[in-house]
This record gives sequence, C-alpha cells and structure tokens, in this order.
Amino acid sequence: MSKFLNLVAGTALASTLIAAPALAEKYGLGRPATADEIAAWDLDVAPDGTGLPVGSGDVFTGEEVFADNCAICHGDFAEGVDNWPKLAGGADTLDHEDPLKTVGSYWPYLSTTWDYVNRSMPFGAAQTLSPDDVYAIVAYILYSNDLVDDEFVLSNENFLDVEMPNAGGFIIDDRETSEAHFWTDAPCMENCKDSVEITMRALVLDVTPEEEGAAEAKVEETAAEPVEEAKVEEPAAEPAAEPVVELAALDPEMVKKGEKVFKKCKSCHQVGDSAKNKTGPILNGIVGASAGAVDGFKYSKPMKAAASGGLVWSEDELSAFLSRPKKYMKGTKMSFSGLKKETDIEAVITYLKSY
Amino acid sequence: MTMSFKGKPSRRAFLKGAVAASGTVAGASFANAAGDPLITEVQEWASATGDGVDATPYGLPIQYESDVVRRNVEWLTADTISSINFTPIHALDGTITPQGCAFERHHSGAIELKKEDYRLMINGLVDTPLVFTYEDLERFPRENHVYFCECAANTGMEWAGAQLNGAQFTHGMIHNMEYSGVTLRTLLEEAGLGAAGDLKDKWVYVEGADASSNGRSIPMEKALDDVLVAFKANGEALRKEHGYPVRLVVPGWEGNMWVKWLRRIEVTNQAIESREETSKYTDTLEDGTSRKWTWVMDAKSVVTSPSPQAPIKHGHGPLVITGLAWSGRGSITGVDVSTDGGKTWQEARLAAPGTDKALTRFYLDTEWTGEEMLLQSRARDSSGYVQPTKAQLRDVRGLNSIYHNNCIQTWWVKSNGEAENVEVS
Repeated sequence: MSKFLNLVAGTALASTLIAAPALAEKYGLGRPATADEIAAWDLDVAPDGTGLPVGSGDVFTGEEVFADNCAICHGDFAEGVDNWPKLAGGADTLDHEDPLKTVGSYWPYLSTTWDYVNRSMPFGAAQTLSPDDVYAIVAYILYSNDLVDDEFVLSNENFLDVEMPNAGGFIIDDRETSEAHFWTDAPCMENCKDSVEITMRALVLDVTPEEEGAAEAKVEETAAEPVEEAKVEEPAAEPAAEPVVELAALDPEMVKKGEKVFKKCKSCHQVGDSAKNKTGPILNGIVGASAGAVDGFKYSKPMKAAASGGLVWSEDELSAFLSRPKKYMKGTKMSFSGLKKETDIEAVITYLKSY
Repeated sequence: MTMSFKGKPSRRAFLKGAVAASGTVAGASFANAAGDPLITEVQEWASATGDGVDATPYGLPIQYESDVVRRNVEWLTADTISSINFTPIHALDGTITPQGCAFERHHSGAIELKKEDYRLMINGLVDTPLVFTYEDLERFPRENHVYFCECAANTGMEWAGAQLNGAQFTHGMIHNMEYSGVTLRTLLEEAGLGAAGDLKDKWVYVEGADASSNGRSIPMEKALDDVLVAFKANGEALRKEHGYPVRLVVPGWEGNMWVKWLRRIEVTNQAIESREETSKYTDTLEDGTSRKWTWVMDAKSVVTSPSPQAPIKHGHGPLVITGLAWSGRGSITGVDVSTDGGKTWQEARLAAPGTDKALTRFYLDTEWTGEEMLLQSRARDSSGYVQPTKAQLRDVRGLNSIYHNNCIQTWWVKSNGEAENVEVS
C-alpha cells in the first residue's frame, strides 16, 4: 500500500536529512549571542523542570496576586468570566459531552502552567510578574483545583512532586494506525449508499454572523424592517455630531500618542461606533461622564458606590484613577497597574475625548 | 420541505441572486429589441477619463468587491485580540490567497515590529548561539515555495453538527501563499548542530516576539526537512497580521506551529510541552484520552461555489462547480464530486496537477436544470489517503476533538440556487 511505501520513503529521507549537517557550509553571518541575551529570552520551562528559576510562593499570597492580576478574566476562584478560560474545575469530565478542560482536569504538566503564566500572562501586561509571584499564582491555581491544601508552598524544590491528574491522559498521534482504513486508494464511485437523508441543517441553529459591508445588503435590511426601527436610528446620528466639534480642538499629535498608549487598555476596553462592553466598559464619551453609567456593564461594588456618590470622570479624576487604579479605588475590577508617565495619561485622556 | 429565509445571510444572498437573475432577463430582452444599452449607448467610462497612475500608490480591490473580506465569528472567542477570522474562500478562485484577505489568528494581537528592531536568536544545543538581524537573513541563500497554512481548528465548529452557513466560516481558516525565505536547516547549520549529538531525538523549540510568546516544539527531522524562515509572501513583505517581518513556515503542519514574529529557535533534548501543545491543539477522544503531537493536516476539500455565500445566480444550463483540496502529507492526486450526497461520484478536473502541501483548485463543468443537489467533494492524496465522511471521523474520534476535522462537507443546493450547510445520512 502506498501509505507504507510512503512511510518507508519518509524514514529513508529522514536518515539522510539527519546525517547531513556535519558537512554543512557556513556563511559567517550573525554574531554570537551573549549570556545576558540568552538569559533574557530563553525563559521556557520543560516538563522535567529545566528552565525553572529559584523561588517559591504560597497559596495565600497567590490568592492576592491572582485577585490583582488574573481574576478580572479568570474569576476570583479561577472559575472564568464570560468566554475567558476557566482554570479550575472539570474533574472527570473529559469523556463527557463538552468536557471542561482546566489546569486541574486536563493539563498534563505543571511546567506548562508556570511557563505560560510567566511568559504570556497577564493578558496585556505579559512578563511583568516576579518568579515568586508566578510560583504563588500557580500554587493558588492548584489550590483552586483541590490539588493542594491551603498551607501549600510551591517552589523549584518541590515542583516535580506535584501530581497532575491528567498526566497519563495523552497518547502520541496514532492516526496512521487507528485511522489506517482511511488509506483506501480506490474509493467507491457508484452505488455507495442506498438512500441519503438530510439529518441536520445549519439554518436551524442560525449562528452564522451577518454579512455587513455590502451597501446593498443594508438597504435591503432597512426596507425589510418595520418603520419604527428605522426611526430609532435617526436621533442616534445627531449626538455623534457633537464630539466632532470638540475633536477640532484636540491636539492631533496628542490624540495619536494617546492611541498608542490606549493599546494597554485595549485588551479590556473598546471605543468607537462598534464598541461593546468587554471585560471593561465602553469608553465612548467617558471624559466628563458620570462614573459607573455605561449600560449593561456590571461594575464593582466600590464603583457603584462612587457612582451613587456622584463621581464624574473629570480630567483630574480620570488622571488620578489611571495613575494608580487600585489605590484610587480599592476593590475596583480594573486590574491594571496604572500609567506611570504623566504625558501618557494626558495623551490617553485626549484620545478618549476624541470618541 | 418549505424554504426558510430566517438565516439572514441566506436571505440576502437570495435577494442578490434574484436581482442578478432579473438583470440577465432584462439584458436579454433589450438585446432582442434595440439592443443592450450598455452596448448601444456610449457609456461614461468609454468617453470620460479614469484615474491617473498615482491615484492609489498601493492598490486595493475596487469598491464593488468590498464584501470579499475576512470575517470573524464573534461568539467564538472572548475578545478579538486573542481570536481568529476567516478567508473569504467562497469568493476567490485559483489557489493563491491575497495577503489582505488571508485569515488571521492572534493570541495577543498583531504587533508592529520594525525590521530594524528585529532580532532572531538561535540557542540551546548548538555549537555557537547566534543572533541574526533582518539584514543577515537576507544574505543567506533563499528558496521560494507555495504552501497552504491551515489552522488545526478549521471546521472545528462542525464536529457536533452543521452549524455555520458558509464555506468562509466552515473552511476559511486557511490560506495559500508563495513564501520566500531561508530554510531553517541553513540557519541551524550556521549555528552548528555538533553540540546536539545524535539528532534523532532532538527538538527545535520556536517562539514568537509578541506578548503571547507563542511557542511550539518541532521534531528535528521536520526542522531539517522543509521548514522555512520566511520574510516574503506572494512576492511582498509579510503583512503585520501574518508576522511581519519574519514568520516560520511549517509545510503541511497545523497553522499554530507557523510561529509569527519569530524571535527564537532553541535546540532542545525534549518537547517543551508549552500551553499551545498541551492544553490546546490536542484532540480529545470519546474515552477522554487525548491525542497529542497531531501536527499533520489530513487531506481535505470543500466546494467553494456554489455554497451558502455563493448561491447559483444564473438560470439553468452550464454550471461551474469549483472548490479547493489540500493535504499535509503530500500532493492532491484527485478530487471526486457528488451531487447526490455521496451515492455516486465523478472525478473533477484539477486546474493544475497537485503540488506538495499546497492548495489545488478543482472544477466540475456541468449542466444544471434546477434540480436539488447534495453537493460534496472528496480529496485523495499522494499517500493513498481518502478524505473521510463525518460519520467515519466520528466513529474514531467522537465529538470532542475540536481540531483536525477534515470530513466531507455537504451543501444542499435548492432549486432556486440557494445553498445551505447540512449533514446527510
């Protein structure tokens, strides 16, 4: 069978490939990497612990660090907010319909968790955590999965002692044997089935996104909708004219600079016509607006309290909030450490004014 | 069965189709009388002048093609920064995907990295750890290859049932470009693999420069075979969203391994088992065990037209059925098309012979007299693999695999030319 011929050919090819480098020609390009450069970038941690730095963290500290840096997306108990990943739970669900795959129920190696938190998290502020904080967060995630007790301290010393429940749950790709019957060479061409029935239709679910963009489609839609709905759109067009007037007074350089600074905010906040509430509320018209007033957003208790106390996001208030969010408002859901530079704060406020 | 126009895209597609059809009729009747005014009357564009040469220093598609764009499925992910969108394959022809509408997948957003700020490090089990600038990379001997890049999750939303109504959404996590770059082998040899000893059990860990720090472990055998460190696609610089200035090209293997903004290549003695190769991109079977290291993309095909977003808009008579086929194990040797849900098959015409790990365009030039069709395509590749039905796949893998769904797709084409994504027995 051609599949096996191919495998044999592949093996022969592999051995030639792997034998060749000794004779390789060099071009003398590039320069040697320094030890500091390698240390700065070579951060990955392997299952046997290679790459783990010295350090430790306990569950209690982890709970605090997690609340400050992770809970806004992953929930206070690592249970996940909205569509963001759930990190805890799901034990014994892997053979169920819709298994819940978490660090506890699915991840085979603890090194993966440490490595990912260290290199790629928090979302929007990656590589800002100290090794001890990472140990603490990982300890807390283990605790949230009932894998360790609340006294547990995770360190580079005991790292490999932690047992991951699904460590034995993986097999290496076996498609060439378990699916060998797909290599059929001469498939059926005629009389392959007696009858064919439609068993499921996509339109029943109707989860396909609408196609916007083509102007004609929009015209059709307006024509098809009841007249009342068409009316609703009109008043919406007018307030949009106001910020334009204000925009003329904004320094375009500052708006541009602010747009760059806003990248730090974008993982949670949106602005513009199509903006939606995400992890954080829409920020259209936020400068000068009452606090805690965006429709449909679930604010933290302290933000709600400040709102009922009449807090208005004047430039001064916003500026104070943005420099140290957690200090300005203890208990805010906004897990952002703050903007250090005055000019960045000024720029981002100018940018927000343009919406 | 009565027709349902509840699904909005289909309704619009139908209306557009109806408009086009009546246009054809009108045009024909004019031709019978005085003639088509588009011909008999001098048109504005045939009299006045058009744009000068510098009107668009970098050209974009004409306004009438504004609906041929990438689209995302909002409910799939929590946020667009760590998300995916889809290539409008239903509206393209040939095999090369223009960069501007080739699907995007980011884990921490598309970053802006200047060539001047670009550094590529090779470290680990090499004789001399090296750092290359972008200019250095351009001084190595270069190769050009056309390869498809398919996300392992392409068609992943269809495991449990027909769900999305359009080839763009069911099969659009794919693109096919001509890459120019240096082989990974050349760079590894430049650093020297003597320190790695026996290469058979060695790995190469590749990592991106963006905040997601996406990294994957590739066995040395593949790294020395056909992996490219690419900096051009379709003749021009990579787009920001595809990893400008440098990305990895891992032919035939799942898109997640094609690390964008490639910044580091580490030779190791074990797989790193990073997040993207353990918690994600592993395929859970019915009994709860999961396959890992399922790198190769199985042979697959889809009819791109007619399809839900590309209904038949003309009347009865000649009809071109077309689609794409590909395999991560080699080249496409043939594609069969069925119009009766898989009872009978006929061999389609390949626009060009299949090439290694690249998209192949197929056509079936046929006659259509308004009959309903259950349209399917079935790819065959150079390893002897035949694209399976969804039922065959489910028999082996269950419903929870998420990734690597390469089943035969069915479009139900109705007598009015509209098409719907369905499953058949």
